[in-house]
Order: sequence, then structure tokens, then C-alpha cells
Amino acid sequence: MKDAASTTVVRSETVSEEITRIPLGFPNPRAWWLLFAFALLLLATFIISVAVLFFYGVGVWGNNIPVNWGLAIANYIWFLGIGHAGTLISAMLLLVRAHWRSSLNRFAEAMTLFAVICAGLYPILHLGRPWYFYWMAPYPNTMDIWPQFKSPLAWDFVAVLTYLTVSALFWYIGIVPDLAAVRDRASKRWQQVFYGLFALGWRGSAHHWARWRQSYRLTAAIAVPLVVSVHSEVSLLFAAGPIPGWASTVFPPYFVLGAAFSGFAVVAMIAVVLRHALGLEDLVSERHLDLLGKFLLATGLMTAYGYFAEAFDVLYSGEKQEMDTLFDRFSGAYAWSYWGAIVGNFVPLQLLWWRRVRVQPILLFLIALAVAVGMWLERYMLLVTSLYRDWLVSSWGIYHASFWEWSLFAGMLGVFLVPFLLFVRFLPVISSFEVVETLFEEDRHA
Amino acid sequence: MSQIFTASADTRLRTVLLAIFFALIAGGLFAGGYMDSSYATLVGWVQNQPVPFSHEHHVGGLGIDCRYCHTTVETSKHAGLPATHICMTCHSQLWTGAPMLAPVRESLASGKPIAWQRVARLPDYVYFDHAIHIARGVPCVSCHGRVDKMPLMARAVALQMQFCLGCHRNPAAALHPPDQVTRMDWSDWNKHPETHKLYGQLMVKTYGIEPAKLDDCNICHR
Repeated sequence: MKDAASTTVVRSETVSEEITRIPLGFPNPRAWWLLFAFALLLLATFIISVAVLFFYGVGVWGNNIPVNWGLAIANYIWFLGIGHAGTLISAMLLLVRAHWRSSLNRFAEAMTLFAVICAGLYPILHLGRPWYFYWMAPYPNTMDIWPQFKSPLAWDFVAVLTYLTVSALFWYIGIVPDLAAVRDRASKRWQQVFYGLFALGWRGSAHHWARWRQSYRLTAAIAVPLVVSVHSEVSLLFAAGPIPGWASTVFPPYFVLGAAFSGFAVVAMIAVVLRHALGLEDLVSERHLDLLGKFLLATGLMTAYGYFAEAFDVLYSGEKQEMDTLFDRFSGAYAWSYWGAIVGNFVPLQLLWWRRVRVQPILLFLIALAVAVGMWLERYMLLVTSLYRDWLVSSWGIYHASFWEWSLFAGMLGVFLVPFLLFVRFLPVISSFEVVETLFEEDRHA
Repeated sequence: MSQIFTASADTRLRTVLLAIFFALIAGGLFAGGYMDSSYATLVGWVQNQPVPFSHEHHVGGLGIDCRYCHTTVETSKHAGLPATHICMTCHSQLWTGAPMLAPVRESLASGKPIAWQRVARLPDYVYFDHAIHIARGVPCVSCHGRVDKMPLMARAVALQMQFCLGCHRNPAAALHPPDQVTRMDWSDWNKHPETHKLYGQLMVKTYGIEPAKLDDCNICHR
């Protein structure tokens, strides 16, 4: 018994060492710089695309009547959906005490934070007069009006801002003890000051831990329902439009699960890359890949149910316009997006039934990539196929995303990657004290 | 290991955070004050004009009707800034040599209009039509103020949306007899509100104005 306890102590020291050494002396600077240069290039693309957009107006995009929600809204939903997985992994699994989460939660939360920022930029950028975006906030104003609360735009504003605040808080509260650990190991002055400032004077006293646990769990309890409410809101901004194909009652759960699905896919991709690049194979182990694969498979099958239920709704209603839209999705001008979504989301996914595939990093990465692409196609399909042919034949029209829409999308990936890479470089990517706690718990039960 | 921070670091950090907090509040208050300040609304700020035209003299002193110069106010969206010929109906006879009026004579000779600077300007996304307001009896003075007391023209009210909505949400109080629409002094009308209380309500009914629809977005943003 005594031996077990002492090995745990030794083990916990090495775990903390392994994680905190990354920000203090980065193991793979050359690869990081290469990636970071690429990310900066994308960020430059973003800045140029936004400059062009602001200078010439939204006319540089391809969306117009009838498809007035183009890539901007599809990407908004895609990024926001990806963000939800971080919260689910972190907060939900914290509350149900699934200890294996501790190897994944930190970078999943960072992913959430940066994905939500990307998502939040889109509704602002797609405005005709983006510099008036604050009009969506209810504040005392000289116009003597409230924002239009019936408008999805006002919902987006509240939803994204709330979600951003809570995920930033949750991420920061979670990282404070680890910042203190890095501070205590830092030898350079600037590192001591930087980590010391953000560790907020953490000393690890029993008081600190008690308050920390309280605030962390409380924030988690706020964050989990937000996943459901925020992405239900996103699905309801479709339902607010009287457009065929947007009125299925399955939409809220279908969107929430789809969001979790795409998010788990991106978490799996990041996990595979990070463990390889930073040599964290013993912390993000095969077991974690296995569990991520299972999560991906489970949420994927639930999303597949959404596809089924949506089609069933239409057929059961027998409503002509709804049926036309459904069949048009199968074989119309945008059938590629429908079948692309089906194939990307559900075909490679079936490989995850085998454990051997789940623990194979490269295969898991590729399957997750297919899902991320598939879920993007799904959002594109839902938007465009419904809008380009609505009730009146006279108002039909084809939509093609313009160059500046694509360049903004590429640039937005830079907006995600640049802070994420900085996070990987300068902050503890894994919650070391929680891993240690998990190890201790496991030893005690053993 | 030596201490990273001095003993007062914590206090300083707290002070900075507190300062940021108060700066945000102060920023909000400042923005609110700025929006209503005459610097932002331009109320009372005189525009530089090519000719220092005095409304006080022409309207208050001589009693020239607004429509004598702003000719299209009853028929068009725009009230219209006067053409040089309108000035010259009098000034070809009066003060013909006045140095102050040199730009007017120059304009007539060259055919190049005088570049009057607009004083009451609405944003481009606001659709405003003078004609309907005049036809229904919203007096000039309601928006442009006592121009008969302005030696040099300045904006009289803050042309903010809340100003428009003030009347659009309560149109009855804004309506006056259309045949007196250019009257500047309504103090006798306002002095006995009981006498004229029913006028607005009656006119709202007569004109078929639907107050509930008058603050729809697309009334002004088309």
C-alpha cells in the first residue's frame, strides 16, 4: 500500500514535469514555426478578405436573393458546432466524473474558445453595415427602440456572447493551477512574470482548492445546458424562416448532436496531432483514442438518426413543397452536397466499430477529417438547397460562393489556428493536476 | 527560489483590474454623453455658407414664406435649396452692389449654383419625404426650430431616431392645420391645449393614419 502511494507521488511528479516542460522549453520548435507561418499566412488571407469585404461591401460575396445565407452562415454554424465538443468533453464529463477526460479537456476547451470566436465573427462580417454590430445589443440608445427580438440575428448575438463568456471563464478557471505549476518551474524572468501574473497568486492551499473546485464545477454546470440551448437556437433560426426543408421538429436535437459529432471529430484530429508532435503518447493514450472513436461513432449514429427523422417528417407530412425540396436534395443541383455529407459523415465512420481502427491514430484522423468535411457539407446543403428553390418558381436562383467567401473561410481557419498554436506553444495543453488526480484515484481503487 | 513578485504586487494587480472595470463604466458613460452632446448631434453648430444668409432677417424681419425659397417642399421628398434666380428676384434690385452678395452675382453670371451647405441632414438609410409631412400639417418649426430667430442657420434638434419616433408613435400631437404649416410661432396654439386637443385625434382619423403602423421599420428604412 505504501509502495503504491509513493509510486503515485513519483509518477505525478513526472506527469507534471512532462506537461509543464512543453511551454518552458518547447520540444518541437521547427515544426511549430512551420505550422505557425502557415497559420499566419491564413491570418493574412483573413485580413485581406475582410478589408475587401469592408471596402466593397457584402456584394463581393456570391449570396443574394434567393440564397441570402451563403457560406457565412454555414461556416458560422460549423465553427460553433465544433466548439460545442470542447464543452461537452470538459464540463459534461467533469460533472459525471469521467476521469479519463483529464487528458483531453484542456486543449478541447481551447479549441472551443477559438472556434466560438471564429463563429462569432461571421454574423458580424455578414452584416451590411458591420460597424453597427453593437445595435444587436439591448442598450440605452438614441433610436428609442429595442433590438428586434424576433430576429435570429439578435438570438445569435446573445447566444454567441454568452457561450464565449462562459467557455472563456471555464477554460481560464481550469488552467489557473497549471499556470502556477509552470510558474514554479520557470527559470527565466519573463516566464516567471507571465505565468505568475496569470496564475493569480495561486499557492495551492486547501482554501484555494476548495474554492477552485466550487467555481469550476459551477461554471461547468452552467456550460453544459448552454451547449443544448445555443445550438438549439441555431437550429431555430432556420425554423424562423418559412422555407421548405427548415421546419422539421427534429431540428434542435439534430443540430445539437451534429454539433457534438463534428466537434468530437476535430478533437480527435487535434488529439492525434498533438500527442504525436509533443510526444504525449503516454498521456493521450490508445485508451483515449479508443474512447474518442466511440464517442464519434455514437454521436455520428445519432446524427444519422436526425437525417432519417428529417426525411421521415417530410414524407409523413406529404406536403408537396417539402417533398420537392427533399427529392431535390437527392438529385438536384446541389445533390453533391447531400451525398457528400452522407458519405463523409457516415461511410468511413462505420470502421470505428472495430477497436483496432479506433486506436490507429492515422485512421482515426482520416475518419475524423471526413466527418469534419461531411458536417460542413451538411450545413451548406441545409442552407442552400432550401433557399435556392422556395415557393415561387419566379424566385428560384442558383448560388455559387465567390472567391472572397472562400478566401474568408480559409482566413478564418487562420483565425482559429494562430491562437491555438500560441496556446500549444505557451500554455499547458493538458491539465496536469487533473491527470495526477486521476492516477491517484486509480491507484487507490486498484 | 527567490520571490517573483514584490509584496505590493497583489495590490497593484487588483488596482489595475479595478481601474479597467471603472474605465469600462466611464467609457460607457462617456459614449452615452457623447451621443447626446451637441458635438455629435450638431445642434446649434453653424455651418459655413458661401453667403452668410440670415433667416432671422428674411423670415423674422421681412416675413418671407419658407416656400418662397424652398420651392419643392410640398411636392417632393426634398425641400430644395434655393436656386440663384430666387435670390435674384429681389437682389437684382436690392443691395445690388453689396460685397456680401458677390458670390450670388458671380453664380448668376457663371451659371454655377451656389454650394449651400445642408444643415439638417439625415443618414442615407433613412427615407424621409417632406411632402407628406407638409400635407398633413407637421409645421416646419417642429424639426427646423425657430429659423426666424437664427441669424445664421444651425440645426435645431438632434436628428436621432428617437426624435422621429416621438411623433410617429404619437402623431395626433404633431398635427397642425396644413394651411399654416410655415408658421413659426405656435405659442397660442400650445397655450390652450384643451382647445386643440381634439384636432390631432380628428385629423388622424380623417387622414386615415394608422399610428400602430407608423413606427414600422419600413416606413423610414426602405
